[in-house]
Amino acid sequence: MFDIQTQLFEGQDIRFGPIDHEKDPGVESKWTHDSEFMRLMETSPARPMPAAMIKKQYEKLEKQVEEDKNLYHFMIRAKVDDRLIGKAVIQWIEWTNGNGFIRIGIGASEDRRKGYGTQALRMLLRFAFAELNLFRVSAAAPEYNEGAIALLQKFGFVQEVCRRKALERDGRRWDLYIFGLLNDEWRNQA
Amino acid sequence: MKDLFHGELVRFTFEEPETKAKAEVRWQRDTEFHRLADGDAAQLTSEKKIKEWFDKQAEDGFKPERYSFSVRTLAENQYIGSLGLWVDWIHSEAWVGIAIGEREFWSKGYGTDMMKLCLQYVFTELCIERLSLGLHEYNPRALRSYEKCGFRLEGRTRKDIMREGKHYDSLWMGILRDEWLQIQNGD
Repeated sequence: MFDIQTQLFEGQDIRFGPIDHEKDPGVESKWTHDSEFMRLMETSPARPMPAAMIKKQYEKLEKQVEEDKNLYHFMIRAKVDDRLIGKAVIQWIEWTNGNGFIRIGIGASEDRRKGYGTQALRMLLRFAFAELNLFRVSAAAPEYNEGAIALLQKFGFVQEVCRRKALERDGRRWDLYIFGLLNDEWRNQA
Repeated sequence: MKDLFHGELVRFTFEEPETKAKAEVRWQRDTEFHRLADGDAAQLTSEKKIKEWFDKQAEDGFKPERYSFSVRTLAENQYIGSLGLWVDWIHSEAWVGIAIGEREFWSKGYGTDMMKLCLQYVFTELCIERLSLGLHEYNPRALRSYEKCGFRLEGRTRKDIMREGKHYDSLWMGILRDEWLQIQNGD
């Protein structure tokens, strides 16, 4: 059996899928009302957003994917009922240098700590290294996002940069870490 | 009050689109210049197209997160390069990129002088907490200059860039407002 027969978008409990423009905006609108999630996922200010605004963002995003050709965006869905549980993204790909930047988020608090992030990252890294053939991927995590840091370290990411006091939240400044994983490091542990 | 736009060797100006486009066409032909300044592939663009970019910039005015300057020497009044700032007002941080297109002004302290003016501008006029920059491993001259200005090396993303079949690290540097103030007060 060739590796190409192993599905890229099917995990154990989750799958990657495209945007559902009808159902997803409402779900993601709910996530934006959870400031804890928004502050783990984004460095821009958290703000609740209506579904109509999320819908517009999806349209912009799909246009960007089509035009810029340096962005891959997946919706993470539960296999049992196909509901939206998160997002997995590879962005800012530089094809000449073979690098890209990854982001993963599990939206609803009841879906966290169930191993979905681990499965999603495993799939995303395989896509980055075995499908896009990137040479390395980077990821960023603020020092207060212990879950993200633990997940990246589990997959062998090396903490390469400490951007000292680069973020301000809750009245104090926080370090922002940059992590990196090389294709051969990933291959040797896979 | 301190003069924000005059250093010891250079001053900040803002050149007309024609002047900038003419110089940019010449600088683009120098691929060593491009590779020192940027991580993407070298590219050649027509003077007409470049002027359109600068015209658009002049029409739109500056966005609140963008500050850019042209740089002239004090002695010859020659236009030699540029400096750009991208500000994240929310987290009180800015990113800077500098470039000297005229090669005869490399390695003579002009870059360091530009950066010192920039630091003064960032911390006393924009009044933000942190200034960041990135460079490539194959540019040790820039690294020394930035260290001289007070930037600290905060890490390197391994094999982040590929030139002539070889992988090089990208270097990340930062300076905090308090660190800069300490330097100003003579440590």
